[in-house]
Amino acid sequence: MVAANEQNKDDVLLELEDIHMSFGKVKALNGISLKVRKGQIHSIIGPNGAGKTVMMNVINGLYHPQKGGVYFKGEKINHLKPYQRAKLRLARTFQKVEVFGGMTVLDNIRLGRHIHYKSGILSGALYLGKSAKEEREHRAFIEEEIIDLLEIESIRSKPVGMLPYGLQKRVELGRALALEPEILILDEPLAGLNLEEVEDMARFILDVNEEKRWKLTCILVEHDMGVVMDLSEQIFVLNFGNMIMDGSPEEVQNNPEVIKAYLGDEELYSTRG
Amino acid sequence: MEITKELTIPKLFFQQATKYGKDRVAMREKEFGIWCPVTWHDYFENVKYISLGLISLGFKEGDKVSMIGDNRPEGLWAEMAALCARGVGVWLFQDCLVDEVKYIIDHSDTRFLFGEGQEEVDKGISIFHECPKLEKIIWDDPKGMRNYDQDYLISLKEVMELGRELDKKEPDFFEELTHKGHGDEVALLFYTSGTTSLPKGALLSHNNMLTMGKHLMDVDPCLDTDDYVSYLPFAWIGEQMMSISCGLQIGYTINFPEAPETAQENIREIGPHVMFAPPRMYEEMTRRVQVKNLDSTWIKRKLYELSTKIGYHVANLKFEKKPVPFYWRLFEWFAYMIVQKKLKDHLGLSNVRNAYTGGAAMGPDHFRFFHALGVNLKQIYGQTEVAGISVVHRSGDIKFDTVGHPIPGTEIKITEEGEIITKSSSVFLGYYKNPEATTSALKDGWLHSDDRGFIDDDGHLVVFDRTKDVFTLRDGKPFAPQYLETRLKFSPYVKDSWVIGNNKDFISAVLCIDYQVVGKWADDKKLNYTSYTELSQKPEVYDLIEQQIRQANKDLPDAAKVAKFTSLYKELDPDDEELTRTRKLRRKFVEKRYKDILDAIYSDADMVHIDTTIKYEDGRKAHIKTDLQIRKAID
Repeated sequence: MVAANEQNKDDVLLELEDIHMSFGKVKALNGISLKVRKGQIHSIIGPNGAGKTVMMNVINGLYHPQKGGVYFKGEKINHLKPYQRAKLRLARTFQKVEVFGGMTVLDNIRLGRHIHYKSGILSGALYLGKSAKEEREHRAFIEEEIIDLLEIESIRSKPVGMLPYGLQKRVELGRALALEPEILILDEPLAGLNLEEVEDMARFILDVNEEKRWKLTCILVEHDMGVVMDLSEQIFVLNFGNMIMDGSPEEVQNNPEVIKAYLGDEELYSTRG
Repeated sequence: MEITKELTIPKLFFQQATKYGKDRVAMREKEFGIWCPVTWHDYFENVKYISLGLISLGFKEGDKVSMIGDNRPEGLWAEMAALCARGVGVWLFQDCLVDEVKYIIDHSDTRFLFGEGQEEVDKGISIFHECPKLEKIIWDDPKGMRNYDQDYLISLKEVMELGRELDKKEPDFFEELTHKGHGDEVALLFYTSGTTSLPKGALLSHNNMLTMGKHLMDVDPCLDTDDYVSYLPFAWIGEQMMSISCGLQIGYTINFPEAPETAQENIREIGPHVMFAPPRMYEEMTRRVQVKNLDSTWIKRKLYELSTKIGYHVANLKFEKKPVPFYWRLFEWFAYMIVQKKLKDHLGLSNVRNAYTGGAAMGPDHFRFFHALGVNLKQIYGQTEVAGISVVHRSGDIKFDTVGHPIPGTEIKITEEGEIITKSSSVFLGYYKNPEATTSALKDGWLHSDDRGFIDDDGHLVVFDRTKDVFTLRDGKPFAPQYLETRLKFSPYVKDSWVIGNNKDFISAVLCIDYQVVGKWADDKKLNYTSYTELSQKPEVYDLIEQQIRQANKDLPDAAKVAKFTSLYKELDPDDEELTRTRKLRRKFVEKRYKDILDAIYSDADMVHIDTTIKYEDGRKAHIKTDLQIRKAID
């Protein structure tokens, strides 16, 4: 796994270059640079309020930085709106689930698939030959690749709002995957989940990262150090808008500054078993 | 169809596959949200290639093949393939722990293990080096299998590919193979769940299995156009009886749910014509109806109450074999139209002609509930050692405290000690590698069950309980704890119950709440809780349970009333060895494990302090500290 990724060392998929972002007098990001390589799980860690979510919003296009560049496959995408970035196959999930509670699981996931539909409103409504075929293909994709992967067969026709939190998070991941992204931003995918759900979610993340079918590059923002250390190939440490370091899990664990700023002492590592 | 001694399961399989070919659906599985049919032709082809693939891998006559995994076509194909190659099939429960898997694989001398996917393969890998006879582990679900490279792992696809190659070289080989063999040869090695000891392997012959199916179908014939849903573990003899013994003879379609969690929904979609499940499945259905009813609007509740009253009245008339007057028929029709029709549809019972339950005692309350709904539910009495069942109710002659008459070809007798003994062509061959157990179970062709019972005036068999489980009450009368346990379980809030009181001054009960139902009840009452342990110990929950027990106590004789109870801090679980895999209570074990609680109940204490560690499935441990209340339920 590691060896495979080393070959792609220069294969940078997403790059942040000297990003400055402030809200009024609060400097949320102070000259942040990040390189995410293809096929990696790149984690972002840092204490609460460090600016992790702001960073994700900058990548995703919800925020536009005052200074600095966001590059996707070498192209500057600063000017693009979130939906335009989605079309470039950049998908994300949110820290607090942002699903459509009144819609079914299937409809939520279909929505993520929407940008791949080629037929227009009219032919879609009439369900003519070509659009019917397209619909069937997308349906097969959702069923075979997403519902099966995430094991949500039993809830596919339930309204998302009625589901427990852990499953809502799974649905949100499903919606992001429906986009067939090249890069997937996961903003605290494990927050608020119980132990069993954490294990499931970690497995799904590994699956989409490693499985031939997906081979997704992931940016993982997470507080659960056990999972972060296990899953990531690269970890970026952020503190009050400043980068502390960007390195392998071993390097991060041994860096005294990181330990001071975030990890505290040994105890914190073992938040979970 | 006549079952001769010559007939084997593979021979019958060949006949049926030739008869139905591509025109008939043998099985269906819901995959990716769509029901995918498998015709008899496909079924036959798949079995052929797996069977030949096994032979290419070095399979020899009489070899044992084990299977573990959820109910799915591949599981049944693997079993049939093993039988066709003249081997012996062994099924393991999908949720078996590693130690249990190891015991059975090792004891049965298994050479080939079919596992479904990663979870089963992991279990296989962890025991592989401790079971020297095990050679190959075969898997069929590729999910999560990308990083496995052990050379003893092989996918089902590859096995079938090997089979195809062999078939090309020797095209007639498989057909010849299926025609070899004799009905008295061993077909299955079936491990009993054992409430008291290590599992024992019962050897069942082809003839045992086939006569079993034949005799049951003589009582309640099924049609080849019928549907059956297979969702209970294949490692349970009841499921084997329905899917192999009956299914193969009749040729009905076997339907496999998409995932274990969707089973209930899928049953509703299929609307099976015949159903066989242990009482806990029916108990769950009852609970679901009761809870949904509590949750519905006033008008719906009233209509439900009305239709239930009508249902009970008509059912009682039928139980008593009295004619139903025409106006009651009218009421019955009314109840059917306004409530029962919908309710049966939701439970997937709309088309059911015969529903059977067995494997454990079912309480009369649950039993009557289904009859009041117009479901022809029948009790059976059976055991692994007779390849299924030996006694069943006949339509129109149903008593809720009996299990009915012996099926054709079966003799039932009660020994002087009150033990039920059985003689039939389905009685097993003996236990594998256990001659002592065989001699004590089989005497002069009679199967000794260790169950106590009697035959009532109408010739119905009444099963009392396991001999060793029968209580003596303080008034000297014998008493079956299961009767009281099932009665307590009729409350939707109680999931499991354990009744104690043998040779004691009074009867007491340890109860496990139903986490979902009581949790919902607590939510409505705005009670806070974070875990099962916390919820189970809330005083309000104790009040609730006390109410339920007082209700159950109402028309019991004084000596049989539950006097004291406590709510256990955890659910009873097969993984903790408290229940068997088929969810029967292991009394001896729980008595030892919860000795502190028992001692406290039979003292003046009103509280017992618990300080213990519990083990989770994945080996992690948690420390539990809590105080269990002990409450009185009689004044």
